[in-house]
Amino acid sequence: MTSEQVGNLVGLMLQYTIPTLKIFFFTLLYSIPLGMVVALLKMCRFKPISWLTNIYILIMRGTPLLLQLIVVQYSVPYIRISDACPEFLRDFLNKIDIRSEDYIFNMILLAFVLNYAAYFAEIFRGGIESIPKGQYEAAGALGFGKAQTFFRVILPQVVKRVVPASSNEIITLVKDTSLASAIPYMEIMYIAKKQVPTYASLLPLFIAGIFYFVIAMVLTVVFSAVEKKLDYYK
Amino acid sequence: MAVLEVRNLSKSFGNLEVLSDISFEVKKGEAVAVIGPSGSGKSTLLRCINQLEKANGGTIRICDTDMLSVNENGKSVYADKDTLRAIRLKTGLVFQNFNLFPHMTVLRNITEAPVCVLKKSKEEAAATAMELLKKMGLESKAKSYPCELSGGQQQRVSIARALALSPEILFFDEPTSALDPELTGEILKVIKELASEGMTMVIVTHEMGFARDVADKIIFMEGGYIVEQGGPEQLFGESASDRVKQFLQRFNNL
Repeated sequence: MTSEQVGNLVGLMLQYTIPTLKIFFFTLLYSIPLGMVVALLKMCRFKPISWLTNIYILIMRGTPLLLQLIVVQYSVPYIRISDACPEFLRDFLNKIDIRSEDYIFNMILLAFVLNYAAYFAEIFRGGIESIPKGQYEAAGALGFGKAQTFFRVILPQVVKRVVPASSNEIITLVKDTSLASAIPYMEIMYIAKKQVPTYASLLPLFIAGIFYFVIAMVLTVVFSAVEKKLDYYK
Repeated sequence: MAVLEVRNLSKSFGNLEVLSDISFEVKKGEAVAVIGPSGSGKSTLLRCINQLEKANGGTIRICDTDMLSVNENGKSVYADKDTLRAIRLKTGLVFQNFNLFPHMTVLRNITEAPVCVLKKSKEEAAATAMELLKKMGLESKAKSYPCELSGGQQQRVSIARALALSPEILFFDEPTSALDPELTGEILKVIKELASEGMTMVIVTHEMGFARDVADKIIFMEGGYIVEQGGPEQLFGESASDRVKQFLQRFNNL
């Protein structure tokens, strides 16, 4: 393979890094806050809500993400041809263009967000439950309301405690974005796979691997800096 | 004038009765020590008065406001949310293990409640906090984090934090039990000073000498009951009940 060909491949993959990062960033943007909500719902003292949330988490963590991506992607066409589908829903679903780029991306994002929110929820729940009861009691004795206690006393401490586990999850997400290539969605993995027969070489996959590795490396450095920054108290 | 009035207070965890028929009052400027063997309900009593546990029966009145009162059906009911919150601001609580907020500086630990709850300005709250820190001998630690302080220093910060809300009455839940003898002396000195300034206080403690010297009144509890209450000369003297004498025997022989 000539160096020109390698250059072309790198350029091509750089171009497809943008859709990869798009899945990555938007998944984080929505799944982290949603994960916090799910964590609080699971800790809800009203049992039915806690159970339902737990079933959601069990399903998301117990089935493959690839399967979830495909199910979500094909949900619209299959629901709208089903006999059980109510009319108003069918009318609504019929308006959706399932071949549009927006639809494909949004459904991929939806699957990623639902899946990662479940994992983040368990991390956050662990973090919240690890805060000593005395912190709530001290806040209560000082007259803080429930929301003030959560946002001013509990949450800042939870953030510090969940950074290591969350960064692990976030680095996994970088690599999981490659699953979207199966939909298909045109990102790094998709384009690398497509180049293998063209070049009759595994090099495109190696280059793709380097791309993922570099992104993961950057995140590793960022998170260890964040951990250090949060180390001002024990 | 009574700052705190407790009448026939009872509390149980399931079938286990941990407080039975507790009645006492604390007048303005009084320092009251609560003593007794471990598991006698001293801490639970303090936690009920500070709304950290729900009592099952009886009445609690703080600064002439009913916190827990008996309704026409003879059941004990709590006041509404706003009243309970107002009462919380009139009481201060110092914990055995300090419970400072580890992510805030010493200064912010003290100013957070005045700013967020009492809506004081940051400058005003900081000025009050610095005064309190000075009183505790900790002005130089304002910018430190709790993890950088000794246990005694942390407990002094937590006392300052409670005082920052200018409570009518201050409760101490075994404030020295997590400290070594040297640091214990440090904290007892601070409490003694507060007592001499006329601060109304209720102190759950195992420091018998301190209770005898500082308290205006001592309550001896066992098995969820008040066995005896009275002045230190009564409980530490010849007229005390046999159980109290037995409990204090080791101390009196020292």
